[in-house]
Amino acid sequence: MVGLGCVVFFVLLALFAPWVAPHDPLTTSWSAVRHAPSAHYLFGTDEIGRDVLSRVIWGTRASLLAGLVSVCISLAFGVPVGLAAGYLGGWVDALISRITDAMLACPFLILAIALAAFLGPSLTNAMIAIGISATPIFVRLTRAQVLAVKVEDYVEAARAVGNSHLRIALRHILPNVVAPLIVQATLAIAAAVIAEASLSFLGLGQQPPAPSWGSMLNTAKNYIDNAPWMSVWPGLSIFLLVLSFNLLGDGLRDAFDPRHK
Amino acid sequence: MFKFLLQRLATIIPTLFFVSILIFGLQQLLPGDPATALAGEDHDPNVIAYLRAKFHLDEPLYMRYFYWANGVLHGDLGESVRIQKPVVDLILEKLPVTVQLASMAIVIAIVFGVSAGIVSAVKKDTAWDYAANVFALWGLSTPNFWLGILLIMLFAVKLGWLPASGYVSPFEDLKANLAAMIMPAFVLGNAFAAVLMRHTRSAMLQVLSADYVRTARAKGLDERVVVLKHALRNALVPVITLGALGFGELLGGTVLTETVFSIPGFGKLIVDAVFNRDYSVVQGVVLFTATVYITLNLLADLAYFLVNPRMRG
Repeated sequence: MVGLGCVVFFVLLALFAPWVAPHDPLTTSWSAVRHAPSAHYLFGTDEIGRDVLSRVIWGTRASLLAGLVSVCISLAFGVPVGLAAGYLGGWVDALISRITDAMLACPFLILAIALAAFLGPSLTNAMIAIGISATPIFVRLTRAQVLAVKVEDYVEAARAVGNSHLRIALRHILPNVVAPLIVQATLAIAAAVIAEASLSFLGLGQQPPAPSWGSMLNTAKNYIDNAPWMSVWPGLSIFLLVLSFNLLGDGLRDAFDPRHK
Repeated sequence: MFKFLLQRLATIIPTLFFVSILIFGLQQLLPGDPATALAGEDHDPNVIAYLRAKFHLDEPLYMRYFYWANGVLHGDLGESVRIQKPVVDLILEKLPVTVQLASMAIVIAIVFGVSAGIVSAVKKDTAWDYAANVFALWGLSTPNFWLGILLIMLFAVKLGWLPASGYVSPFEDLKANLAAMIMPAFVLGNAFAAVLMRHTRSAMLQVLSADYVRTARAKGLDERVVVLKHALRNALVPVITLGALGFGELLGGTVLTETVFSIPGFGKLIVDAVFNRDYSVVQGVVLFTATVYITLNLLADLAYFLVNPRMRG
């Protein structure tokens, strides 16, 4: 419940950013360069006088968007492919499994960096890169679940009454493999938020001056000694958002499968 | 054993084949003419013409893959456009730094992660268990580049105990090397410790409820002997396998850690290559990492086969 509450808080923050943020996140002020947190600037200001709190609030949008869109991309590709592999079996399964193994052999972040590098640096490309890199996890999970479900009696019964393969896969198998996919998707959003922040930190995600927690940290690392607040708040925000999704994912897993408790 | 090895090798070959297609395919993502992109920012017509001939860009895609894969099989991962050095040489030059960093991170992760996992399982549903679970959630949720920045703030800027960044070879000055590597290794090992903690906890909980552990307790053995000798030895089997696989993931984590701490390793190589548009290096690093991961996967399976008598039967 704590996880869900925090996720809702961040979603509301992202939706109402224009009304919640006390200042414009892009407005610079040369008279307020690297000001320490004060009543006027609660989280302080950055190296060109922008309000850190407002940028953190607006940055929620980039992080949440990246987390949700990239996981949607993974689900859109991973679930049908995993369903096909598990249900059809044979050479289709062998081929899909080898391709999945190949993608899983490349560490998630390195593959995302390579894809983002070749696609070009932007938030959209970072989301595509993260989405593609996370796809094999969903292929493998869906396949494993389908293999377990397709031998159940009700699937056999659906087949016996003459349902088509497509109908059996979509109406009888898919609804029964959704629970673990929801848990994995929630945890994958957490991983995607960190991945987007990592790519932005490296300069491959959201491009300046648009606010993003990762790119804020990239700039902040040059001012560790004289403006530590620039590093603390964006990092803390990433931590809290990722923690919220991890807590939510753990909670959902316990709810769906009490053996995990 | 021989049959098992052959079976595993038989699955590796198609996996490596698809890895090679995936990595070759990366080049096809470049917008526009690959030769123009590979030539970097200079757009020198001579360089472009040279690259077109070198990468057989006027030939069909499958022939280009064949030439590329043939080169890779002969240890030729291409040449860095920027540094004018073979990619293999660059990787081998940077690798020892990253191997040291990743090895130190694994040791830290095992010490903290496995210990926390044992305590958490033995003291299930107590404050110790909750503390260990909080530790795991912290590890899984902290971006390692942020943790790096926080540690630099504390140990380098505020306390002045450790250097903020840089690298010294252990052959030059071992003490300075360890001082420079301890913070990055801790940062890198943090998330992995969390993963190890969760796996150790669940493996220990399973083993602690097994009959032979009950027998050991019934014999009146000291609880410490029961936990460390009887339970842990069996619980560690899957954890060790996971440890080997984690090494591949750690190679991914080094990218950010090395960037934060300015360590001239494998991870920094790929970041520099990305910004220099040195695509051969990016492809080479991904291919190398994937091969290391697949090899470690094989070794982990073999280790599992050797330590688990049931699989030999």
